[in-house]
Amino acid sequence: MTEPLAELRSVSKGFPGVLALDHVDLALYPGEIHGLAGENGAGKSTLVKVLSGAHTPDVGELRLHGRPVRFRSPREALAAGIGVVHQELAGAPHLTVTENVLLGRLPSGWGRVRWAEAHRQARAVLDRLEIPIDERVLMGRLSLGRQQLVEIARALVRESQVLILDEPSAILGQHDLEVLFTALRGLRDRGVACLYISHRLNELFELTDRVTVLKDGAHVATEPIGDLSMDQLVALMTGRELVAPSRPVREASAAPLLEVDGLTRAGAFADVSFRVHPGEIVGMAGLVGSGRTEVARAIAGVDHAEGGTIGVRGRTVRMTSPRAALRYGIGLLPEDRKDQGLLMNRSVRENIGLASLRKRSRFGILRGGRDSRDAAALARQVDLRYRGLDQLVRFLSGGNQQKVMLARCLGAESQILILDEPTRGVDVGGKSEIYALMRQLVDGGVGILMISSEIEEIVMMSDRVLVMRAGRLVLELAGDDIEEDQIMRAALVHSVADRQGAVA
Amino acid sequence: MTDTAAERTDAVPTGTASTGGGSGEFLRKWGVLVALILLLVVSATMSDRFLSLPNLLNVLRQIAIVGVLAIGMTFVIITAGIDLSAGSVLAVAAVVTADMVNSNGPLAAVLVAVLVGAGLGLVNGLGVTLGGVQPFIMTLGMLAFARGLAFLYTGGQPIPTTDETFLAIGNGRLFGIPNPALIFLALLVAAYFVLRHTTFGRAVYAVGSNDEAARLSGISVRRVRTTVYVISGATAGIAGLLYASQLGVGTPIAGEAFELDAIAATVVGGTSLFGGQGTVFGTFLGAAILGVLSNILNLTGVNPFVQRLFRGALIVAAVMLQRKDARGR
Ligand SMILES: Nc1ncnc2c1ncn2[C@@H]1O[C@H](COP(=O)(O)OP(=O)(O)OP(=O)(O)O)[C@@H](O)[C@H]1O
Ligand SMILES: [Mg+2]
Repeated sequence: MTEPLAELRSVSKGFPGVLALDHVDLALYPGEIHGLAGENGAGKSTLVKVLSGAHTPDVGELRLHGRPVRFRSPREALAAGIGVVHQELAGAPHLTVTENVLLGRLPSGWGRVRWAEAHRQARAVLDRLEIPIDERVLMGRLSLGRQQLVEIARALVRESQVLILDEPSAILGQHDLEVLFTALRGLRDRGVACLYISHRLNELFELTDRVTVLKDGAHVATEPIGDLSMDQLVALMTGRELVAPSRPVREASAAPLLEVDGLTRAGAFADVSFRVHPGEIVGMAGLVGSGRTEVARAIAGVDHAEGGTIGVRGRTVRMTSPRAALRYGIGLLPEDRKDQGLLMNRSVRENIGLASLRKRSRFGILRGGRDSRDAAALARQVDLRYRGLDQLVRFLSGGNQQKVMLARCLGAESQILILDEPTRGVDVGGKSEIYALMRQLVDGGVGILMISSEIEEIVMMSDRVLVMRAGRLVLELAGDDIEEDQIMRAALVHSVADRQGAVA
Repeated sequence: MTDTAAERTDAVPTGTASTGGGSGEFLRKWGVLVALILLLVVSATMSDRFLSLPNLLNVLRQIAIVGVLAIGMTFVIITAGIDLSAGSVLAVAAVVTADMVNSNGPLAAVLVAVLVGAGLGLVNGLGVTLGGVQPFIMTLGMLAFARGLAFLYTGGQPIPTTDETFLAIGNGRLFGIPNPALIFLALLVAAYFVLRHTTFGRAVYAVGSNDEAARLSGISVRRVRTTVYVISGATAGIAGLLYASQLGVGTPIAGEAFELDAIAATVVGGTSLFGGQGTVFGTFLGAAILGVLSNILNLTGVNPFVQRLFRGALIVAAVMLQRKDARGR
């Protein structure tokens, strides 16, 4: 190969109590898509931040076009041609899509923004990537997945030579993922070097040319992806082999825990009806934006439905707030950990305990020992990798933040769990732990509604599958009838047409 | 994997019991305490009168009223709110309580002071939660409104009182310690306990850190928000009581701009205006730093105009030291 576009040489980066990168080497060549894999907390995001000027390395050297460089800020890295899409969304929700795409480089003349030109430019980029989003809409009104696509467009608009994507697929649906892949392949053909991080290993096989594996901050291997099997890759990441969980056959008992009938909210979903029984996992599949999250939020009392009823253990109830829902035994794991999930500036202990304060208190006074014991036990259940209950959540890696949210949700001991993308950003090992945990819960009589954009997850975990498209339930499958193809087809058919005419 | 040996470390001044987070970690965590100690040492070398017990007790007595305000303010600011009306509410409580002493005796006066303060705080809280008015605006309105109430109530005249029991609250001593200082310390301990060991305290931090996450976790965000303004009103009521008692008069101009001193003490003590962070222990340190500073400047005879410069510079410097903490969520 030719000379690398960007290179890390023996780079180390430490935080108090942890060496996040330990003498790591990495070279990105023009025209390659380079995968980066590793467990939660392995140092992937830290590597991205070093490469993009957000962190300065403690030791080691950064090279661009063979010359050593030192970025003092992300701005400098950007100017040098390194575009990044970070793991956490960073868009400005109150600005339009156009402004987000062109942030910092809006076309202007005589000190005024030339809006027509700006919208045209943004449209051009979105079109080139085949992203079907209205450029004049406010960013905050888009689904997370859509916001992610906008951020990718932003990274691309600068014609960066190096493009880094930290788990872009974690919040993208299948269709949007294909949009992304097509765009990335196009960039590769134009000589861009791309670093792609994902915990969905099959994406690495589908998309990347080479893959680098990190473990506990250290470089483990860099191999052409064709030379590796899935098992080998997993073994490199985890240092052990994972047994794929098999799907047990379960008999759902008769009386449903949750009965949803004709649930409707204009513009989001219409006439949604289904049941969740104790002891079953109901998977909810569909594209991002098909209304799955909105249905979940309505059931958990976060938003109000306009029509239809929700029944819990045979009684029709009004979900006026998440607080009410929790009292009826409905717990929600929200899809967005930054905005709806975590107290970033507070400790692991406080975050885990938040939904079950009452249980660990008497007359409003917390029972300190119990509080800590419970939090530690829950952390252990989800296999959280952390340094102490007082550690601030913002210093955890992305996957571990997700586990904190899950631990909180479990702590409430709800009978009905609504899990919106439960394994988002969690590594392979962590996923199988979470799957085992979910099975254990349903064996104990809990009913789970699981929203997931990972079709394999849906197929593997669900006793029944509901497929949503454009705000409606379009298919229900059970037991051996659950098949990837059918789900995909139901989710996609007419999707383009549906998308434009939203739900009545 | 993990044990919980470090369980109590959250009680540190800046409210960040963090593991991790960069080089200035120690400074951010213990910076306020270190600053106070430094200030004490420097002051001791500048004046031999400074370290005497009477002088230190005097400092404590002087910071008590603003300190009490700052306790309530800390609750409000942790929720990312602000209470600009504290000084005016103090004045209403001061005039009403002075009047009450004369007509109904000291016990009624004490109760009324707290209730009046809490009542005005409730109006603030409901304005913010039900009315949807921003805290800054709501309490700015109350700042003017409550001051007007105080003037109306008295017809602009101060209300003097001579009740011995009542005057003893602000001027007496117990075991040689001035009563206001004792009351301040007792309230500190109570507030510390509430913030640290109750579900309500957890909820206060949660609401300030991320209110949507708090709501989704089953916390009644409105109730928590409303309550912190009630608490701030109640502490303003107590402060008004102390004020009237100390001076022996309830005057409608009492406590003007005290809310700004209370905010200063709170933020110097490490509570972030962005919410979600802060402790009352920090607030105590903040109040102490500001109190010691003006004490030593007085002792050394520094021009009062120059004193203001020092004070202003100190507030900004203290917050700059903690800056890295205060961003984002
Ligand atoms: N700003 C920070 N301060 C302290 N520790 C940090 C900070 N950022 C990351 N860490 C720690 O560094 C380690 C590596 O984190 P990093 O975010 O790079 O992991 P990752 O490989 O991206 O994991 P994930 O797959 O979960 O996103 C973790 O132990 C994390 O807790
Ligand atoms: Mg990461």
